[in-house]
Formats: sequence, C-alpha cells, structure tokens
Amino acid sequence: MARRKIAIFVDALLVVTMAVAMAMVFFYAPIESEMGIVQKIFYVHVPLAWNAFLGFAMVFFFSFRYLATRDHKWDARAQSAAEVGVLFTTLVLITGPIWAKPVWGIWWTWDARLTLTLVLWLIYMGYLMLRRYVESPERRAVLAAVVGVTGFIDVPLVYFAIRWWRTQHPQPVIAGGEGSGLDPRMSATLWVCVAAFTLLFFALYGRRLEIEALRAQAEALRDDADAAQAQGARS
Amino acid sequence: MLRTAGIVLWKDLRIELRTRDAVSAALVFAILVLVIFNFALDVNTPEMRRLAAGFFWVAFAFAGTLSLNRSFALEKESGAGRALALAPVDPAGIFLGKCLANAVFLFVTQLVALPLFVIFFDVSIARVGALASSFALGSLAFAATGTLFSAIASNTRMRELLLPLLFLPLAVPALIAAVETTSFALGQTESASFWFRLLLVYDVVFVTASLLVFEYVLEE
Repeated sequence: MARRKIAIFVDALLVVTMAVAMAMVFFYAPIESEMGIVQKIFYVHVPLAWNAFLGFAMVFFFSFRYLATRDHKWDARAQSAAEVGVLFTTLVLITGPIWAKPVWGIWWTWDARLTLTLVLWLIYMGYLMLRRYVESPERRAVLAAVVGVTGFIDVPLVYFAIRWWRTQHPQPVIAGGEGSGLDPRMSATLWVCVAAFTLLFFALYGRRLEIEALRAQAEALRDDADAAQAQGARS
Repeated sequence: MLRTAGIVLWKDLRIELRTRDAVSAALVFAILVLVIFNFALDVNTPEMRRLAAGFFWVAFAFAGTLSLNRSFALEKESGAGRALALAPVDPAGIFLGKCLANAVFLFVTQLVALPLFVIFFDVSIARVGALASSFALGSLAFAATGTLFSAIASNTRMRELLLPLLFLPLAVPALIAAVETTSFALGQTESASFWFRLLLVYDVVFVTASLLVFEYVLEE
C-alpha cells in the first residue's frame, strides 16, 4: 500500500510542477531575442534529453544488479527504465528538428549530440526488440541484461568517436553557443521544467513497473488455473 | 582459458579451411556491395575516391554480419552449442576462441578483397603497416562485438534479423575509427593517431567486457 501512496504523491506533485513549469515557459521566461517564440521548445527538449540519459544509466545499473543477484525485480526495473528512456529519446528526436528547422534552417545535422542521441535510440531499440524475441523469461532477462550493460559501456566510446570526427569534418551549420549567457529567468524556467520532466519520468516508470507486476501476477494465476485444470482432468 | 580458446579457434579454423563458407560468402557479398555503390554513386570521380575507405568498411560491416550470423548458427544446428555450454571449460575461453576465429575470417576476407578494392576505386596504399594494423584492429573490434551479439541473437526467434540491429549501433565507434585509420593508410589524411588509439581502446574494452559476460550468454 505504501507504494500506491508514493505513486499518488508523485502524480500530484507532477501535476502541480508541470502546470507551474508550463506557466513559466509561456508567461515568465522572456522571448529569446534571435530565435523568437520557437526557442520555447528548449524547455521541453533539454529536460527530456537529460531524463532519457538518466533512464539509460538506470538500465545499466539495474542490468548489472540483475546479473549479480538474479532477482527478477531488477529485470522489470531495467525494462521499465529502457521503455521510458526510449520514449523520451524519441520525443527528443522529434522536438529537436522542430526547433532546428526555423533556427538553423535545416531539420538535422550530424552534430555530436544529435548523432549520439540517434545512436543511443538505436541501441536501446535493439534492447527492446531483443526482449520481444526471446521466449523464456529467464533467458530474456539474462540476455537483455548483457545488452543493457555492454550498450552503456559503449556510450562514452560513441561520444568520443563522434566528437572527434566532428572536429575533423566541417560542420554544415554554425550552431550558436547554446546555453551561453542564459537569462536568469530562462534558467529558472529550465530548472523547474527539469524537475517537472523528471517527475514525469518517474511517474511513467512507476506505472510501467506496476503493469509489469500485474502481468506477472496474471501469468502466475493462469499457470495455477492450468495446473488445477490438468489435475481435474486426471482425477 | 587460453587452452580452451586455442582448441575452439583451431576447430573453427579447420571447419573454415574445409568448407570456406564464411570467407567466401562474406567476400562475394562485400564485392557485391562495392559494385552496388559504383552504380548508386558513380564512384569514379576524384571526390568519391576520397571516400573509398568509407565504402570499403561499410561493405565489410554488412558482409561481417553475414559471417558472424553463421558463427553460432553453426553451433546450434548440430547441438554443439549445448555441448560447449555443458563442457567443464571456462566460457571466457570459448568466447575468446570464437572471437579470434571470426577476427581471422574478417581479416582474411579483407586481404583477399583488397586488390579488387584498389582496382575499383583506383587508390594507392601509401602506408602498408598502417593498413595492416587498421584491418587487424578493425577486424578484432567487429569480431569482439559481433561474436557476443551473435551468441545473444542465436538464442532468439529472429536471429538473422536481430544481429545487425544489435551489433551495428554498438560498432559505430569502431566503424568510424576503422574508416579513419584506413583513410590514413591510403594517404588521404595526415594523421590518425587518435583513431588508432580509439580502435585499440574499443578492442580492449569489448574483448574484456565480453569475456566477463559471456558465461551468462552461454548458459541455457
């Protein structure tokens, strides 16, 4: 029951914080002088990206714990974190181009951060697809955990490779020094948005875990029913 | 561990020497990709020739997944995978043997394809030592990641489909570094010390990580 109460508390906090965050985005934060109104997407884009990375770090940690303990709760946690992480990364990849097109004049550029985000999305989509194609829950958990661990180890390598590659090859657009000299009202808004989206992340993550627990419960009930039926047929 | 690795490596090499399946399939596929590039992009211009190393490694990234897919399918077919898992030997040794065998296959395929590549793209090999180390380190990088994921994918329903989906995103740093070091070997860039180091780090990280986690992949 305590878990239920925490979930309701997180939800309530999320609603309030998100409302405050959106109000700050539209009524408090000043309109950016060069980019104009479109810059507002920054307050959604950046918190989503940070939380997506948080999600993947959680997948790494939970996968590691699973391999060490073989306790199924860690597998359920890793899966939930991966799903919400991929959802957030997808949103990052959608909000990014919407912002880039009016500001840079192009939808996409192979800049280090953009490319890293896309590669991360691919790695964790692979992780989720692998989960779908392994029948045995036991094997699924172990194999997914191995991918969850090795996938995250790869992240710094991908980052350095892409960054170095970028500095060697000329960039198609000059990305202005983003984040440099944020107006204090803008940074205050950003931080409230980060809080709101972190709450959203954990609210979704908690719900996903609940679904997983219910699914396991339903499966156990079905197994019991099957066993009872088999026994009834025998007698 | 090393003894197990040696035995597994020798077994795979012997199978390959008798059948020549992995190398010949990968080789024909790689040539096919290079030919398709030629039609799709008209490579015989000076600008395109500068991208030769890129074409070469893309061809091998895809050809490599073909032979890597086969690596554990072979064990599954005859039930040898179960025997390997049951054998009282270090799983890390089995991984090392399979990984080295796959690295050798990739490396040999590249060496055989090299003359054709030189003819098709009209490139010259400016630094032979750099080319050899680029091929060797690149093959090992692909083999280390690919062997681990081939073993993982062989446990699934969609094994041929899943291997490239899992393997290629993780191999991105290796692919970039391999292309850059080969470009350097062809005399198209001035220095590639960062890329050689990155490739080496990638090899060390993934061989070590795979050695540590392989026992989980092998169990049934």
